[in-house]
Amino acid sequence: MAFSSSQATTFNDKVIRQFAIMTVVWGVVGMLVGVIVASQLAWPELNFGISFLSFGRLRPLHTNAVIFAFGGCALFATSYYCVQRTCQVRLISDKLAAFTFWGWQVIILSAAVSLPLGYTTGKEYAELEWPIDILITLVWVAYAIVFFGTIGIRKVRHIYVANWFFGAMILAVALLHLGNSAEIPAGLMKSYSAYAGVQDAMVQWWYGHNAVGFFLTAGFLGMVYYFIPKQAGRPVYSYRLSVVHFWALIFTYMWAGPHHLHYTALPDWTQSIGMVFSLILLAPSWGGMINGIMTLSGAWHKLRDDPILRFLIVSLSFYGMSTFEGPMMSIKTVNALSHYTDWTVGHVHSGALGWVGMVTMGSMYYLIPRLFGRTQMFSVKAIEIHFYMATIGIVLYIAALWIAGVMQGLMWRSLNADGTLTYTFVESVKASYPFYVLRVVGGLLYLTGMTIMLWNTIKTATAGRSVNVTIPTAVAHA
Amino acid sequence: MEILYLLVPLSVVLVFFIIGGVWWAIHSGQFDDIEKEGERILNE
Repeated sequence: MAFSSSQATTFNDKVIRQFAIMTVVWGVVGMLVGVIVASQLAWPELNFGISFLSFGRLRPLHTNAVIFAFGGCALFATSYYCVQRTCQVRLISDKLAAFTFWGWQVIILSAAVSLPLGYTTGKEYAELEWPIDILITLVWVAYAIVFFGTIGIRKVRHIYVANWFFGAMILAVALLHLGNSAEIPAGLMKSYSAYAGVQDAMVQWWYGHNAVGFFLTAGFLGMVYYFIPKQAGRPVYSYRLSVVHFWALIFTYMWAGPHHLHYTALPDWTQSIGMVFSLILLAPSWGGMINGIMTLSGAWHKLRDDPILRFLIVSLSFYGMSTFEGPMMSIKTVNALSHYTDWTVGHVHSGALGWVGMVTMGSMYYLIPRLFGRTQMFSVKAIEIHFYMATIGIVLYIAALWIAGVMQGLMWRSLNADGTLTYTFVESVKASYPFYVLRVVGGLLYLTGMTIMLWNTIKTATAGRSVNVTIPTAVAHA
Repeated sequence: MEILYLLVPLSVVLVFFIIGGVWWAIHSGQFDDIEKEGERILNE
């Protein structure tokens, strides 16, 4: 390992270029699989009777592709960019950084092969079998060494708030992955969880919800605190509040998981703890959301002609919306209606498409031209079109599933005077059909927008050139 | 619910780590001139 990089004169942008391009590529792939599974829910014959194409196998492929391939590559790219720029130093090791890129791509490809073949641990968002889990661990340790090592050799004394968010994400995901993936191998591609029954469920949702909290929230908040100020050309509204936001969020996050297990064999009091912590989370979430949006205060006019800023700010409004909806759905009486319905799926997608997706797209539109020696993307008009397609797509998607979800909940709980069920299950499926079709339309719009982004990215990359950006001479107080 | 004997102490340990993190950040001067730090990234 070369630790001489503190003397280097240029940033390591190569690994960021690689991750940024793959973010867009995996985005298209993951969302395409999403549209396919959404279509299968409306028209089940679309699996053509082929086992590899069945919903049960493609659904984890979709979630893994969008969360870990699209979202994961975006986190690597943006965190490597942010940590080098704010620390004014090159990544501590080029070789380890390259290992994180190639290792992460191998993990994604092995997921793309093993999941359709039916290899799964059956744990949501942690389906990959034990040999892949070990590879994830190795790559993640390398990521931690590169990230924290770079902070260790920083030339700027202050560690910018976005780096705290990225760092917390890296540490928390390491802990969650090790905790939840504890398993006993029983063959090359088969294992049994180290936990059993409700214990396993508790660990699974301790992992599952904290993956949302740290992988899909803390990391992407790092993007918010770096790329919104950069794109808006204004400092974050209150830096003080951003620091409070960070500590409050990580301090209160860990115990929200049990709300996924309301009305199950999990003890009642544990469910209630999950609900209380979920409700508490509204405060830091909204503090951060308001802080991000208010960064534009006094410069609202920039939203009029800057589609990148619009991506970033609309993503924050979806963040605010889903962090209000989430705590509300964690209340037991609300959950009695919403649980197991498509409302939950709609909620997840308002967070995934609206918050995570749009903040990633905005950050990438800022990042990609700069990685190829340009000041803006090949086509700004295409960013504008992408923005409207994505926004309309999300609205159609979540509105359709709100209606479908509430309707399903009400139909399932509806009783006749003699205490028998008013509706059979299949009647609720039939009633959901038009909304499933509407969801496909929304998803298709979102996917088309992403395809436009891929075209724009290829055009920008081929028209530009890979530049080696020089590290500015150390600032006075360093 | 034996699993809570693992998860609850783990959370307590984490809370101490987080308190340690805040303590370090405050006492190593990370927040000495806090509002200026937000502006610095714009000049890079």
